[in-house]
Amino acid sequence: MVKYVIKRVLLAILTVLIICAITFFTMHAIPGGPFNREKALSESTIKALNERYGLDKPLVEQFFLYMKGLLHGDFGVSLKNGRNISDIIGESFPISAKLGISAMVVALFFGTLFGSLAALMRNKLPDRIIVFFSTLFTAVPSFVLATLLLLVFCIKLNWFPVWSPTTQNYVLPVIALSAYPMAYITRLSKTSMLDALSQDYIRTARAKGVSKTKMIFKHALRNSLIPVITYAGPQIAYIITGSMVVETIFTIGGLGGKFISGITNRDYTLIMATTIFLATLMVIANLICDLLYKLVDPRIKYE
Amino acid sequence: MYNNNGIPKKHLLSAQLDLSKFSQEQFRPATDEEKRQQDVMSKSTTFFKDGMRKLFKNPLAVISIILLAIIIITIIVAPMIVPYSYEEILSVDGKRDKGAKNLAPFEYSKMEQKYIDEGGERFPHIFGTDEQCRDYFIRVIYGTRISLLIGFFASIIVLIIGMIYGSISGYIGGKVDLIMMRIVDIIYSLPDMLIIILLSVVLNETLKFKSGTLLARLGTNMVSLFIVFGLLYWVGLARLIRGQILSIKENEYILAARTIGAKPGRIIRKHILPNCLSVIIISTALQIPSAIFTESFLSFCGIGVKAPMPSLGSLANNARAGLQSYPYKLVFPAVMICLIVLSLNLIGDGLRDAFDPKLKR
Repeated sequence: MVKYVIKRVLLAILTVLIICAITFFTMHAIPGGPFNREKALSESTIKALNERYGLDKPLVEQFFLYMKGLLHGDFGVSLKNGRNISDIIGESFPISAKLGISAMVVALFFGTLFGSLAALMRNKLPDRIIVFFSTLFTAVPSFVLATLLLLVFCIKLNWFPVWSPTTQNYVLPVIALSAYPMAYITRLSKTSMLDALSQDYIRTARAKGVSKTKMIFKHALRNSLIPVITYAGPQIAYIITGSMVVETIFTIGGLGGKFISGITNRDYTLIMATTIFLATLMVIANLICDLLYKLVDPRIKYE
Repeated sequence: MYNNNGIPKKHLLSAQLDLSKFSQEQFRPATDEEKRQQDVMSKSTTFFKDGMRKLFKNPLAVISIILLAIIIITIIVAPMIVPYSYEEILSVDGKRDKGAKNLAPFEYSKMEQKYIDEGGERFPHIFGTDEQCRDYFIRVIYGTRISLLIGFFASIIVLIIGMIYGSISGYIGGKVDLIMMRIVDIIYSLPDMLIIILLSVVLNETLKFKSGTLLARLGTNMVSLFIVFGLLYWVGLARLIRGQILSIKENEYILAARTIGAKPGRIIRKHILPNCLSVIIISTALQIPSAIFTESFLSFCGIGVKAPMPSLGSLANNARAGLQSYPYKLVFPAVMICLIVLSLNLIGDGLRDAFDPKLKR
């Protein structure tokens, strides 16, 4: 176990390093420096600016300086408005985290609920309805769902206020963000629940005369949750990328929305910093899920 | 040479059965009835035919195949019938029609109405027009074409790279396999969407094509999309195929092929790959919708296909601007994406059930 944990942690660190390197070097492959404006600056000014930001040094040295900065929490300065990127992340990430965590909780809770219901009522009407909607929602891109929700419930029906810093209403964004993971988890937990219900220990429990609720919650559900954990890791990655779209559509000032506006504004330092930040987050989430999976299910061998 | 009962004589040193101990009766020719037992009643099925037969018994998959066929026929035939092109700004009698902006489905602009009243003929705008006076129906059709093509070619790229990498790694095994799989592990743990966005941004700025060539017409965004797919998305398939090969490789027929001196390339091509066909077919079928999803996501972020060329994602994104007044402009491409992805998903599920009952979930 210890060996496995060490191996996984090392792989995660290596992945983060590779992501940093890819991000840094590809971003620097873009022609044109940060000070190429429409109004040409004098050569001495550019030279002074380059020296000020360390851009006259060789690229590899710049990379190590950048990495050193990252370790100290210094993500550099936004090219567009000159603000510290760590400040931007600091103020926008909590909004995104709140949105993402609520979406994750909603998706996990309702996904397992619907999945288990469908498995328990197999081939009955509720099962068919759940299967229909879960198949449908895996085919709807999040930006379509988010736009339609905004149009119908905010603008036409006026049930929910449009997002602004004073009226923060998370209901619609959370629905838009959690629809796809929820549909996927529903399908996943349905199959794993069916699998668990056909196991020998369920028959034994029934033979012992265990009540139905106890059998479902104590024996079947617990075991059916294990495959869901494996899927939670990639799900976090989906929620992070999905939040970019959802935040842009609902004009929420979260990190995902900032990332997309960074792309449209060609704000390279912001793109670089947010990519590294979000990617590290995803790698850590995946690592935790992997370790948790091994911890929960002792049947799995450590490679 | 023969015994008196007509049976060949056994050589003294031969280890063969001594036939003289059997009676002539046991050697009589089989009757017609007995021969009929050997008749093959039905044609022998191949693996592929059998899978297809099962697939066509699955009603959801059949409906999806029909739906997809209708969509494909429409996108091939429609541009031949509709007299507008996807980048053409509408004009009547050679004069620019400035009133043809944001028309509703089947609506004519004033100029067109006048033209029709005077006896001219005008093809209806089935989905209306967009804010730049272009026929929206043909744009959705071309958008569907682009999205499907991206999905299709991206899966082929993924298939080729994943197949070659996975089969080499699985077949050779040992240290080579270890190193190759470590590389796969690392690429697998990279957050693909972020890297795709990053690379698309960078490649958009760095790639420059000569105007007029095919690559320039596709646009840098599309080319970078393919590059990204080629770089990142093959790892899943490579892993799958490697796993398959590791188990197939232990079979006797591989040993037999090796004994008669077949080269590794031939063994992989002739003996191993046909046996992982089910995995290949299923994962390719499921790869297409995921590629279409990715493309529409990137187009939505503004790093998809290049401007006059429409894709379903970019059409949906452009529709957001006038959403309150013209919601149907979002609905058409959005419904198209959903239909395509849904039917491809269902076909993929059907293929999985038909070709690999073990994988059935």
